[in-house]
Amino acid sequence: MSGEPMSGSEPDADTEGVPTVEAASGTGVPIRGNDIDTDQIIPARYLKAITFDGLGEYAFYDQRFQDGEPTDHPFNEERYQDASILVVNANFGCGSSREHAPQALDRWGIDAIVGESFAEIFAGNCLALGIPTVTAPVQDINQLQDHVAEYPDTEITVDIASETVSYGERVVEGTVDTAQRTALLEGVWDTTELLKSNRKAIFETAQSLPYIEDSAIEGAPGAPGGDSGDRNAGTEAADTTDASGD
Amino acid sequence: MSSGTLYDKVWDRHTVTELPTGQTQLFVGLHLIHEVTSPQAFGMLAERDIEVAYPELTHATVDHIVPTADQSRPYADDAAEEMMAELEANVAGTGIEFDHPDTGDQGIVHVIGPEQGLTQPGTTIVCGDSHTSTHGAFGALAFGIGTSQIRDVFATQTVAMEKQNVRRVEVTGELGPYVGAKDVILTIIRRLGTDGGVGHVYEYGGEAIEALDMEGRMSICNMSVEGGARAGYINPDATTYEWLRETDAFRDDPEKFERHKAYWEEIRSEENAEYDDVVEIDGSEIEPVVTWGTTPGQGIGISEPIPDPEDFPESDREVARRAQEHMDVSPGDRMEGYGIDVAFLGSCTNARLADLRAAAEVIEGREVHPDVRALVVPGSQRVKEAAEHEGLDRVFTEAGFEWRGAGCSMCLGMNEDQLRGDERCASSSNRNFVGRQGSKEGRTVLMSPVMVAAAAIEGEVTDVRTLREVAPA
Repeated sequence: MSGEPMSGSEPDADTEGVPTVEAASGTGVPIRGNDIDTDQIIPARYLKAITFDGLGEYAFYDQRFQDGEPTDHPFNEERYQDASILVVNANFGCGSSREHAPQALDRWGIDAIVGESFAEIFAGNCLALGIPTVTAPVQDINQLQDHVAEYPDTEITVDIASETVSYGERVVEGTVDTAQRTALLEGVWDTTELLKSNRKAIFETAQSLPYIEDSAIEGAPGAPGGDSGDRNAGTEAADTTDASGD
Repeated sequence: MSSGTLYDKVWDRHTVTELPTGQTQLFVGLHLIHEVTSPQAFGMLAERDIEVAYPELTHATVDHIVPTADQSRPYADDAAEEMMAELEANVAGTGIEFDHPDTGDQGIVHVIGPEQGLTQPGTTIVCGDSHTSTHGAFGALAFGIGTSQIRDVFATQTVAMEKQNVRRVEVTGELGPYVGAKDVILTIIRRLGTDGGVGHVYEYGGEAIEALDMEGRMSICNMSVEGGARAGYINPDATTYEWLRETDAFRDDPEKFERHKAYWEEIRSEENAEYDDVVEIDGSEIEPVVTWGTTPGQGIGISEPIPDPEDFPESDREVARRAQEHMDVSPGDRMEGYGIDVAFLGSCTNARLADLRAAAEVIEGREVHPDVRALVVPGSQRVKEAAEHEGLDRVFTEAGFEWRGAGCSMCLGMNEDQLRGDERCASSSNRNFVGRQGSKEGRTVLMSPVMVAAAAIEGEVTDVRTLREVAPA
């Protein structure tokens, strides 16, 4: 990996431990074409596993191999083997919501993705792993892809705060979605602990909804009398309900 | 910014708080899970020593990997068996209800929620599956999430979300004979593009939508995501209520039904609701639609010529060229007459009782073309049972279709039902992506259930309206 080590993508159990992501830098790899769906990024047969381990080698597998022989797909090319900035076109990551797609790219070595546009669920899944998805106008993307193809050793820097993509003498004005930008810069892209901290408000929202049965929320974290966040503490009602619900 | 829409009302009622990121923390009324995207989330929970916060609001099924021919355990495919066993272990003792195949309630996650009455108007529904948009047919706010978000929902029953724009998609007029929901949604995606809905929720309305049954409405909302919209919905009405009244949730409790109905009425979009934009489509002009390419936006009416990529905007030309090469079609030709090897009637888009009935009506008294392997895969065990009760299974099997067990089947290459080599498939599913049906040389033509039935009989893409005399209106 030639790039700066960005934040690790391994989630940390402690919210204080979620690293900030301010920038990513390294060499680039262009994947051209609009509407590249997540079935292409990771074919469905590699989803038949109970963990994300080892997905990296199957990224773009069906584009990379034809009858068992490697094709000229960029992920196979020697000059891109150390790349960490993926440069793509429009509607990248459309289709299936499988988080396996960004997990595979992450494990292949991708730290940031720059493109014309991204499918929404895909971009959200990238964010959950701390991988920025930065958009830029089509001309800028095409120029960057051409440049990377010609000079694969070019160092590219994706800066989140300034929303820029810099390489050589050029600085491209990009866009980082506001929520994504904040989440990366403040280290709240792993949202579990942040969401958990509002357990009382969650309970009250649940209670206010006319379609939520009482039995479904009794003893939940944030319920009166059981506000430890540990739903096993003093929640006999919930235990009883669970048992009878089977 | 929209106001007074169902989306605005449901969003507001489920808002827990505004997060420092500017996102909203949104309460999830129903979390559906399946075997493919949940095991890693359970793993993350265990790693962090977190328990499922609201197990009664979580509901599990198994669909993607289940074999549809021989379902005896252990499954022949070791990986499938491992995933099934993992789900069984993950839900055991948690209080999460699991529609195991042994219960008779198993099926595709987007079929079982609606049929059991879990899917209700005014609720928020998430699932680690992009076709969660299906549930919007009932006026629920329903969308797909990734596995890290599944972890969040397990831990908190909430997700961090940004509010989106609301686009009203108004389909006017009356649909012609043998033209249905699938043709409407393929037309919408063709018109607005596969990324046209990014940043938007689609509210479908207009007389053509209102005239649809719940199954048709589900087909429409199901493919919202193929148009880039993470969610799509239809305001609940008498058709919705009639469906719900007969479900497990309300069948024996009319008082509960009335109480809930008051809420359902309350969250409908106001007459004077404001939308971020409105698109109008004339439903009376839609004819049966088939795809000629490798994205769901590459569709045409059955009588139209295949377009020339050179006539496309420059950004779409290369995708169109490659798609035509893959499909082995040429500009100016028609899809009618395109030979097929496989007919697949199934998936979360089109495997409900109404879909099977419509296809059976075309099939009855006819035979599957000798060169075609044809399979019907009901969306759930209950759909299968109901169809058998009506004798639909015999209509299909006598014609030469295989009658299978419930599951995702050939919609995607995760189970034994797959295309082989460069087979061409007439498919009632939702994605014609290269490799989607299990073979990267395989070719998928998306169409409605009645069009699949017609293609199965003729061995080629066929206009169902010419196959059988259209009944007088």
